[in-house]
Amino acid sequence: MKTLVITESDESDIRLGSLSAIAFAQSLPEAQLDTLCVADVFGENPTADSHAAVIAAAVNQKSYELVVAAATTYAKDVVARAAGLCGGSMASDVISHRFDGDQLLLDRPMFAGAVTATVTLSSIPRFITVRASAYNPVERSIVDNLNSLDTESLDVDYSDVPCAHWKSLASRASHRPDVTEAKIVVSGGRAFKSTEDFERLVGGLADGLGGAAGSSRALVDAGITPNDLQVGQTGKIVAPDIYIALGISGAVQHLAGMKNSKTIIAVNTDPDAPIFSVADFGLVGDVYEVVPQLIAELNG
Amino acid sequence: MKILVTCKRVPDTDQKIHVKEDGGGIDDSNLAYVLNPFDAIAVEEALRIREEYQTNDEIQIVAVGVGVADYESELRTALAMGADRAILVESTAIMDPWTVANTIAAVVARESPDLVLMGKQAVDDDANQTGQFLAALLQWPQATFASNIRFGGLGLQVARETDQGIEEIEVPLPAVVTADLRLNEPRYASLPSILKARKKEIEIIAHADLQVDADPKLEVLSMKSEISQRSCVMLDNVNSLIEIIRP
Ligand SMILES: Cc1cc2nc3c(=O)[nH]c(=O)nc-3n(C[C@H](O)[C@H](O)[C@H](O)COP(=O)(O)OP(=O)(O)OC[C@H]3O[C@@H](n4cnc5c(N)ncnc54)[C@H](O)[C@@H]3O)c2cc1C
Ligand SMILES: Nc1ncnc2c1ncn2[C@@H]1O[C@H](COP(=O)(O)O)[C@@H](O)[C@H]1O
Repeated sequence: MKTLVITESDESDIRLGSLSAIAFAQSLPEAQLDTLCVADVFGENPTADSHAAVIAAAVNQKSYELVVAAATTYAKDVVARAAGLCGGSMASDVISHRFDGDQLLLDRPMFAGAVTATVTLSSIPRFITVRASAYNPVERSIVDNLNSLDTESLDVDYSDVPCAHWKSLASRASHRPDVTEAKIVVSGGRAFKSTEDFERLVGGLADGLGGAAGSSRALVDAGITPNDLQVGQTGKIVAPDIYIALGISGAVQHLAGMKNSKTIIAVNTDPDAPIFSVADFGLVGDVYEVVPQLIAELNG
Repeated sequence: MKILVTCKRVPDTDQKIHVKEDGGGIDDSNLAYVLNPFDAIAVEEALRIREEYQTNDEIQIVAVGVGVADYESELRTALAMGADRAILVESTAIMDPWTVANTIAAVVARESPDLVLMGKQAVDDDANQTGQFLAALLQWPQATFASNIRFGGLGLQVARETDQGIEEIEVPLPAVVTADLRLNEPRYASLPSILKARKKEIEIIAHADLQVDADPKLEVLSMKSEISQRSCVMLDNVNSLIEIIRP
């Protein structure tokens, strides 16, 4: 299957999620992969309108049957538009797949993860975004052996199409890893009363464990944490080795983002909090008392 | 100026969703429905744009739904919030984001709006595709996951929520913009406006009349409920917790 994998990179290297997208693509029979790295090709105006036009041109001119990317906000924006330009055959957030004869069956969550649906795509080219947390990333070295698509040879002209213009990106540079890329994620919920408390307790514990700090939507709404920390149905999807939920009730929309973590630990004052029903270990207690003790122990 | 706002009918997010025994779909026998939360945000944003920018040039807000006759109730919610008109493209067919986008494109051709405001995702299928598909079909610029919208420059100044942080883009009109959660907090309709909305007419278009020939590309074969298999060990003190998390 002639496949194009759209990859993303950060300042240093290809993102972990893209390595998971490659893993998915490689697992398909007779996989023939090319990669297209966003940062390399799309220079000045990195908006969906122009990027999608390039991807659609590549698909049409090089006859790709499948386009794969990790389900990031970039892919949701751009790959979906490219799929729209190429006939609308797309499944997003795929978490597992298998074959029934020749037919590729894709599992994807619906209803905030309360339901898993098995779907098929009826026409080619197919566009698929996969949840990075559901596919083990390939080794970094594999990427160098893959052919990266030569976009010079493409005939792309979107000069007639009105495009949005990129102006700025206010990234909240943090010394901590991204929640989607860390082995340990410590998340805080409404229990935390201020940014200072969150930083000191959730941030402090994350640092002590070498992990990432995340949060529920309640704190993002309250302006206590930035939106890129939000875990859940409408935030980021994580599946670290250890997820520690501090003062988070466990609404389905939050669980949608973290319930596939390997080990889940919850601390909550309410013994009936729903978070305990998806956790492996629970402690009934006040995060303002428990967390300082944990940090002290780890540092001591 | 005209703003089209798309409105999907979805199960209320506070309920437990169960799959039917045969896995053929969700059990909808006792479900309450609401306007998709992101679409309520899109309606609210259209109202705020009207409140802030309306001059002699009237700003008209048109709510559009594509689906069964029951959509009337969610369209009335949009009317009660303050939309001027509502259109229901009625169909009982199974649709995917592709057919919906093609259908809305046909409505856009009839209505010629300057802006289409949508939700970033429907909380039933969680597809996050329809807005992008529509923008592609119309060849209009898109701004997805908007958390702030202002008029200025070439058209709209939109702040977008991305995995990396907040991105600012400038979007010429006409355009498709999809709403993220933090764009605004939707108002509750007052009782008088709910009563008034009941009397407003909803324009009904039979789906067949739009002559949209786009078959669904995504077929749902089966569904299953996800039930947590974990059983939680309750710890009695902080020390046992430390044993578990210590690297
Ligand atoms: C369309 C939609 C999408 C959504 N998407 C998301 C999403 O992506 N992510 C997300 O997280 N939410 C999302 N939500 C919101 C979600 O429904 C919940 O409102 C939210 O997750 C609640 O956050 P919380 O658990 O921090 O707050 P609460 O529900 O208020 O829970 C706070 C918890 O902290 C406990 N607590 C209080 N004080 C202490 C203390 N001192 N020590 C220990 N425990 C304490 C309480 O017992 C309680 O269990 C979405 C909602 C909607 C409608
Ligand atoms: N049947 C529908 N009727 C009206 N709007 C819809 C419909 N389906 C999807 N939409 C719009 O498209 C957005 C994204 O939906 P989805 O791509 O399904 O996640 C929703 O928030 C709605 O604004």
